[in-house]
Amino acid sequence: MANLGPAYYSPYPVAAYDGLLTPPEGKALLLTDIVDEEVAMREIARVMLTSENATIFPGPQVLYAWNDEAKKKATLIKEMAEVLNAKMIPMYDYRPKYPKIDAEVEINPNHPNLTIWHNNIKACIFVGVHCHYANVALKIVRSETDCYTAAICGLSGHEDAMATIRDQHSEEMAKFIKIAKEVKQELGK
Amino acid sequence: MSIKNMTAEKNWSGQTMVSTDYLLFEAPREKHFMTGSEVLKEAMKRCTVDASVSYPITPQSEAAHLIGELWAEGYVGTYFRGENEFGVMSEVAGCAMAGARTVTTTSGPGTLRAMENFPMWSGTRIPVQLILMARGINSPLTIQPDNLEVTFMLETGCMIWYAENVQELFDMSIAAFTVAEMPDVHVPIVTVVDGFFVSHTRESVMLPSDDIALRRYDPYAAPLPPIDSEMPPGRFLRDPFVMKSNYISYATHASWQWEIRSAVERSIPYAKHFLEGLVHTTGDEDAEIVFVACGTASHQAKEANRELTKMGIKTKVVKLRTIRPFPHAELLEATKNAKYIFVPEFNVVGWLDKEVTTSLYGKSDAKIIGRPRVAGGMSMPAEAIIQEVLDNTDVKKGA
Repeated sequence: MANLGPAYYSPYPVAAYDGLLTPPEGKALLLTDIVDEEVAMREIARVMLTSENATIFPGPQVLYAWNDEAKKKATLIKEMAEVLNAKMIPMYDYRPKYPKIDAEVEINPNHPNLTIWHNNIKACIFVGVHCHYANVALKIVRSETDCYTAAICGLSGHEDAMATIRDQHSEEMAKFIKIAKEVKQELGK
Repeated sequence: MSIKNMTAEKNWSGQTMVSTDYLLFEAPREKHFMTGSEVLKEAMKRCTVDASVSYPITPQSEAAHLIGELWAEGYVGTYFRGENEFGVMSEVAGCAMAGARTVTTTSGPGTLRAMENFPMWSGTRIPVQLILMARGINSPLTIQPDNLEVTFMLETGCMIWYAENVQELFDMSIAAFTVAEMPDVHVPIVTVVDGFFVSHTRESVMLPSDDIALRRYDPYAAPLPPIDSEMPPGRFLRDPFVMKSNYISYATHASWQWEIRSAVERSIPYAKHFLEGLVHTTGDEDAEIVFVACGTASHQAKEANRELTKMGIKTKVVKLRTIRPFPHAELLEATKNAKYIFVPEFNVVGWLDKEVTTSLYGKSDAKIIGRPRVAGGMSMPAEAIIQEVLDNTDVKKGA
């Protein structure tokens, strides 16, 4: 799946260096293609529902009740996990964990691959992670693992994820959950 | 003017906050006659700037002083003088990390004294704007115009835009905040002008009314959390992985560096919109002789183009408006018919010549000639450019 890169001598695929940028407003990115948001939502739901140990990684922006929107999103993400039959492993903060990360219960942007390896995760969603840390993590995950990465972003999206949807607020998340329910029914999951 | 509380429509100085598109492209404008320093004051007056830190060094001192006047007039939130340029650039970082729209200015030796801060700025994803009024950096000490210092800025992870004249400085320095603050970009921006040639030269400039200004910066759309009582500045700078020698540490640093450079690339669509293209071309579109330049060197190349046209020699000027991101695709397209590419520059090392040569390597058959190259405060008369064309091409043979 890591069909991009490597960027020069870096081990990491860097989508921007392959000419991929964040999707324009109202659109989404599926691997190298700009698609309608709904198309990407259906694909993310399908991959999550059909992959081993699908997991949602919620970040600080939805883990802490710093505003009403964050509270709404947190509730919706719990529902999203139920619909997608997915586990949740939080990214509490952005500090590297030494001497040893507890990969069973948390993920960290500086070494996200450890959590993915440990839990044998084959598909994941990043949500509520500050964009810089999401991008740092997504490049590492794409290179070091065979996990399908999706990014549900409240801002501009993430071209280093294999699927990304942008401007996702509580209304759009509710739409994603509705689509995920339809896909689930179609798949008989 | 007294400081007022900001509302949804009005900023603290009572200006109506408008979109960048309206401010740059739609608002009615009137003609003024100003120096680069004066016009920078007018630009910052319309940018709802939260903070500015200054330190005097020629030729940017007047610009910094005038931004200070804006503070006194109630248009800039806070303003103070740093201890030196290293202090200034550190203090600017603190302001920006705390969520302030921040601007500063420097020149030549000031840039080099502050150098360690620039990759720190980009690594911390702060959208601060540095107005660089380029000056020589050699010893014996010089205050003359020369843009050698830009070569030191190229790999700092900052965006670099280059304005040719007073009008471009006004428009670019407003657009710069907007592009730098885009959530998927969010890296520092260096807006360069040639010191004295632009900073101290009075030109006609079209300005919108000063009762409108940019909307305020939203730090909560930043890709890194802004500092607050629970989030110390540069939290990650003290975290253990930076001190470790292991693969996790290397992986994080590598990914982090690629991410900064990705962020600069993500600015391309926004810069194309607000700058109306990453390159501007003038002259004969099909010309085989092309000048690639930035800043006032492109102005001189345009003068040479006019004179060469009178001589019956077709040429074209490709002015690069962004240096980081480098406009690879636009340069290749603009030089597709070129047999000769001249890169006139105001420095001894030819940093733009190197950039152009690297970008076109293996993609263009044109002969790239890094001349004329002047430095130390020398001017670049159009005649010097014309002479290079006559000496290095086959135009005398009727090309």
